[in-house]
Amino acid sequence: MAVLKVLVIDDEPGIRSGVSRILNNFHVTYPFMDEDYTFEVTEAGTGEEGIAILEREMHDILLLDNKLPGIQGVDVLEYIRKRNYDIVVAMITSYASLDVAIRATRDGAIDFIPKPFTPQELKSSIENITKQQYLKRITHKMKQEGKKIRYQFLSVLSHELKAPLNALEGYLRMMQEKQAGDRIEDYATPIERSLQRIQGMRSLIMDLLDFTKIRLERKEEKIQEVNMAEVASEAIVTVQPYAIQMDVSINLDVRSDVVIMADPDDMEIVFNNLISNAVKYNKVGGKAEITIDSSETEAILIFSDTGIGITKSDTENLFTEFVRIKNEKTRNISGSGLGLSIVKKVVELYHGTINVESTPDVGTVFTIRLPKKRLNIT
Amino acid sequence: MKKSDITILVADDDPDYLFQTVFSLEKAGYKTMAVESQAEAEAVIAKYKPNLAIFDLMMENDDSGFILCYKIKRRYPDVPVILATAVSHETGMSFSIDSEQEKDWIRADRYLEKGIRPEQLDQEVMKLLKL
Repeated sequence: MAVLKVLVIDDEPGIRSGVSRILNNFHVTYPFMDEDYTFEVTEAGTGEEGIAILEREMHDILLLDNKLPGIQGVDVLEYIRKRNYDIVVAMITSYASLDVAIRATRDGAIDFIPKPFTPQELKSSIENITKQQYLKRITHKMKQEGKKIRYQFLSVLSHELKAPLNALEGYLRMMQEKQAGDRIEDYATPIERSLQRIQGMRSLIMDLLDFTKIRLERKEEKIQEVNMAEVASEAIVTVQPYAIQMDVSINLDVRSDVVIMADPDDMEIVFNNLISNAVKYNKVGGKAEITIDSSETEAILIFSDTGIGITKSDTENLFTEFVRIKNEKTRNISGSGLGLSIVKKVVELYHGTINVESTPDVGTVFTIRLPKKRLNIT
Repeated sequence: MKKSDITILVADDDPDYLFQTVFSLEKAGYKTMAVESQAEAEAVIAKYKPNLAIFDLMMENDDSGFILCYKIKRRYPDVPVILATAVSHETGMSFSIDSEQEKDWIRADRYLEKGIRPEQLDQEVMKLLKL
């Protein structure tokens, strides 16, 4: 339950107590709001008194009479505008002359409540104002969170890009200063590790390119009929050399010939990432199985492996950018930490869902459902 | 005390940093114990008292190094600790342990930026162990 503070400035005591009486027992609720709003009313008989109250304590809503004994309602409005107060103002007025209405609106009043008003009229005005306040706050909050997420992304990215450079620099210094000996053979480990770090950095850059692609490039003209089985076969060919090295067999089971409208590059990203993960996080001699199926409305893509699995608590962060599950089993597996977050973004772009079920040391199953019906990609 | 009698615990989740740090310490004549995570470092501390410890800041958690500093100081108040990180380099965040206020919450004796030269690391270690 959230409380909105209401200040009513009116020289008629009857109006002030009426507002207090009506609003003290009123609450606003909307299906999209997290909580109900109730109201707490403060009264002021003059503009001067009202300003003094505002200087002491901020309020959320101001109900303002224009015709006041001292300074006028529009003067109070101007004062509020100059101070940039975050308060919503509704004018209570018996006769809203065009002149006053224009000036009041220009200075930030968003509503006019005719005097005398019925309880219902006041309530419906307050309801509108509350909704507006709520939306304003939510937008503000989302903007701030967006900024924070971007900042985190960039700082983690710079960490991920610099760590391999620092490692390479360290190894090169070792060689430059001949710290391990005079023969090239003395540097077998540093050289091998350097090459691995370069490889890791290359795959991070490739993933980053995919990442910017799905974020920036939305070209309608690239949307075409894409056969899921074909994309899967191509992705398997790409991953095959790695699978042979790992002694993992890949099997494709096409139960239904599914064609959806999509950008083929997007689908390639999904299949490449999930198939290479199914191989990468597998055991020697393990299996990776890709199943393509469909329901009446959806294409269903299932990627299962017999690998190291993921614990329940780790699955929660699995799709977050740069999150890599760090444990004994994943220590020697390199990855950018972007693959699954990219996959999730693509899937959501097509209004689909991705699901993961996993048992440690048994295997992991990713299930993707994509609507067959063409929807606008956003 | 001779350098060859001194064991230094090194914790870093980047295998290459770990390799390079251990390599330069051993070259300087110290014994080392290398671990790749906060959890492993905690297990070592529980059983064994090193002469000095070098912790990376961000391992499993963003504050792994701080936690390790705190834990090792509680168990062995006399063991010098170096917190090694590339944090300011990478994130632009900066902190040091120069002010009293910072010393109060960072329980490390020295704070070093990563990428430190081997001879400089040796110097810092000798200073902390009063060799």
